Parts: sequence; C-alpha cells; structure tokens
Amino acid sequence: MSKQVLLIEDEPNIIEAISFILSRDGWTVKTHSNGADAVDMVRERQPDVVILDVMLPGKSGYDILRELRDDPDHGDMPVLMLTARGQTKDREIAERAGCDAFMTKPFSNADMLETVRTLAAK
Amino acid sequence: MPRDTLTGSRIRERRVMAGIKQSELAKRAEISASYLNLIEHNRRRIGGKLLVDIASALGVEPTSLTEGAETTLLATLREAASGAGISTAELSRVEEFAGRFPGWAGLLADSQRKIEGLQQSVEALTDRLTHDPHLAESLHEMLSTVTAIRSAASILAEPGDIEPEWQRRFNRNIYEDSARLAETSRSLAQYLEESESDTTETSAPQDEVDTLFQRFGFHLPDLEGDGVDVDAVVGDMASHASPPAQWLLHRALTRYRKDALKLPLELCAKILPQTGSDPLALAAQADTDVATAMRRLAHLPDTMLPAPVGIAICDGSGVTTFRKPLPEFPLPRLGAGCALWPLYRALARPMMVFEDRVEQSTRIAAHHRAIAIAQPLHAPVPGRDVLFESHMLIVPEPKEQSDDGVLQVGLSCRICSQSDCIARREPSILGVSEERRF
Repeated sequence: MSKQVLLIEDEPNIIEAISFILSRDGWTVKTHSNGADAVDMVRERQPDVVILDVMLPGKSGYDILRELRDDPDHGDMPVLMLTARGQTKDREIAERAGCDAFMTKPFSNADMLETVRTLAAK
Repeated sequence: MPRDTLTGSRIRERRVMAGIKQSELAKRAEISASYLNLIEHNRRRIGGKLLVDIASALGVEPTSLTEGAETTLLATLREAASGAGISTAELSRVEEFAGRFPGWAGLLADSQRKIEGLQQSVEALTDRLTHDPHLAESLHEMLSTVTAIRSAASILAEPGDIEPEWQRRFNRNIYEDSARLAETSRSLAQYLEESESDTTETSAPQDEVDTLFQRFGFHLPDLEGDGVDVDAVVGDMASHASPPAQWLLHRALTRYRKDALKLPLELCAKILPQTGSDPLALAAQADTDVATAMRRLAHLPDTMLPAPVGIAICDGSGVTTFRKPLPEFPLPRLGAGCALWPLYRALARPMMVFEDRVEQSTRIAAHHRAIAIAQPLHAPVPGRDVLFESHMLIVPEPKEQSDDGVLQVGLSCRICSQSDCIARREPSILGVSEERRF
C-alpha cells in the first residue's frame, strides 16, 4: 500500500500542484482546506506525513501543530510546515511548536518531494 | 556642572562688533580688564548692576545679553554630539560654538532634527510588515499565487510526458494565477503609492504639530468666544499636514475649545490679576479642576500673564502627548524627559499636587516652578480602573532668588551632567566620569 500524505492548505492551485507531484511519485494524497477541523482530519486519516500551511481559515497552522503535539497518539507524526513569510521569527515559532521540517513559499517541487520523502523515512 | 550661560560670549561679540577694546570697556564698567576677560569667556557669572553697566557701556539692552533662544539649540546640539562620539573637551565648548557661529549651529541643529524625524520614519517603515495588515495580507496573497504558478510551471517544464488533460489544467491554473498576481501587485503598488503621498513630510506627526504651534502660537483667537468651528481651525492651520498630525492637532484643539468654554477670556482677565500664574488659585476661583486651569494658562495670550508659562502633558506610559516648551525650560522632542520631574512623580499619586522649584542641569541659573498633578483621563466606570494623565505647568521664576530648596533636574539623561543620579537610565555624554564605571 502506498504511503499517505495529508495536505492541509487552502489555495486550490497549490493543492493541485502538490497533489500532482506527490501522486506521480507514488503517494496517496488527501487534502483538507479548513483549519478548524484539521486536527480531527489528521486523527481520522492517520497519514504518514502531514503538510501543514500556517495561514488557514478557522485555525492557524501553529495551533493545529501544538494540538497534535499535545496528543500522545500524534506526538511524533512527521509534520512539514509551509509559510508564505520566511522570517526567522516564523521559523522559530514553527520549530517551537514542534514541526519536523519548514518550507517557505514559493518552494521548488524538487525540494518539496525530497522533504516529504525524508520525513516519511524517519 | 557645565557653565552654560552665553552672556560672556554675547558681551564679547557686542564689544568686538562695536570696535571697543576690552580694556576700554572694562574701564567704562569700572572693573579690571582681566575680570572682564574672565566674564567674556563665560568663566565668571555676571548679573545685577555690573550687567546693566556693561550693557549701557555697549549701548544695548541688558536682556539682549542674557536672553536668547539658545537653550533648545544647545540641547539639540548636545543630542547631535551624543551620536557622533565627540570628545568631552569639544563638547564643553558647545556654547562657545553656538555663540561664535550661530548660523552653522542652527544648521547643525536643524539637521539633527531632520535626522531624528527620519529615524522615526525608518522605524515606522521597518515595522510596517508587522503592523500594516493590508501590506502583510497583500504580500501573503502574492507569495501564495507565486507558489502556485512556480509549482505548476515547473511541472510543465520538467522533461517527460504529462497527460494532455493535466497539461491543460496546469496551463489554465497558471493563466488564472498570473491574472490574480497582476491584480494583487497592481493594487499593492497603488496602496504603497497612496501611503507615500500621505506622508510627504518625513517628520513625526508630533513634530508637525509642534511646528504648527510655533507658527500660529499657543493662543488661538479663533477658538475663543462664540461661533467656533474646531474643524475649520484645524483646516486653516494644518491643511498641508499629514493625516496623523491633523488628528493630533484636532484632539489638542478640541480640548482647547472645551477649556476655553470653562474658562472664558473675560473670566480669566478678571481672576488673573489676583492669582497670577498659579493654577491652583485659578482653578479654585473659577470652580474648575487644576489640569484645566494649567492648560488654560498655557494657551492664554502672553500679555495676560506675568511671564509666558510652559506645559507638558503625558499619558500613563510617560509619553508626552502635549508640549509647550519655554526658552529656558526645553522639553524633549522624542521620548520622555527626566524622571525627577514632578510630571512623572505625580502619576504615582494621582490628584495630589506636586510643586517644586526646579533647575535644569543644562540651564544653570534659570529657575522655574513646576506644578504637577495627575488626573483621571475619563469619567469613572464602575468596577474599572481609571486611566490617568499627568500635567506639569512650568512657570519661570525670577533668577535673583536663592538656590535654597531648588530641585536639580535634567532634560534627558544623555545630555545631563548630574552625577550619582538615582533616576539615570542611560549614561551621560557630558563626561560624568563616575557614571562610566560599571
């Protein structure tokens, strides 16, 4: 069975591009666009890797990550954070919240693929 | 403490201009030439009869030798020096510099003011990404769109076959996103252009308001009497000012108007001959609060008072919200003043009147009475804390009085020479040696 990525992102065209790249590489990609119930979705899907955007409607990516990390079942789930602002401050917040990897938009497809592979291998 | 009255320099200047020899002037004033030499180099204080004698020997008014607008100039020059690492020896000659080259000194002080204004603008702009939600949102939108375009474009650009169905989809996505990007960037450019034209003046809003009060004076006849339109007065005074400055001015003038209604000019004219510049007596006689009386005194025509009075108003954070400096009692243009001022002490005990005779360490010999009170900023709300603001009225005192009981205060720490000051928050640049040891 192929490994599963849950992409939590609200930009339709970014969702389409990432889904395409990862699917082509053999991943099963599930997507979700709302922050408010994103944590429930992670619990339900049990993905191998979560790609999490910071700016989401309903709830910020940082808060979602913190909730996941506080949950014993998902404390070590690999999470890749995406943010549109590459300031050191954002990276620090993301790292403190417990993300495994951090990418700033715009990213290259190759980097995205590489990072997701690395995270899944952990 | 630095010597800082320029009286000696002015005497020398006037004497040289008049082509009188030092010995000749000394003879006319009935003092020794060497003593006059000390005076001319600001090494001896001069006042009273001798000053009058020298003035008449030079054919000038005594006040023209003792007074001047240098206080603010000197303070600004010291501020300018503080950033430049000028040696203490040079710094101690700042008054000589201002006295001998008034034009150059003025130019330097102007530049210093402009630099401070620009620094504020830079800070505001640096913080803009954090504090301007529109800008942050636009940037986020642009970066998201660029991300989608980049991903889709590189999928299409990669070698290898992509199904025609997917090709069409990504082509369409790129087309849509590029249209969106064009729109976002256009509106961002427009927004930046507009906000640029908003602030053609690079100075801080508070500076603009200060300049307006300097130009129009603190007494505004248009706000007295009947049929007053505050909006129109703001329009007349500040049509070219930035919106933040207009907002500040509007707030100040609205308050002025309210005070003028409580204490009309005719009433003040009746009371003031008995009370002088005493805000407590004025408040009691006019049945109003002390802070209102202070503000009113600061906005009355100079001719109604024994001498013009200054005022500083600060909010609970200590930031000056309104300032009327006096020639001999400058107020800091940015940030807070000296923590020893009753203005700030009053905040710790609201409604209690603090009164001190003060001498600013940068202005020896100039004494002022500083009266301060912190009053509620608004009507009380049940169960809620009240916010206070502090007022300090600055009333010049005759110089002849003794030094007894005079509180030594500063202007701001960097240009204050008081050693062993418990209120010091940063080192002085005036070579207060013991302060440099940590």
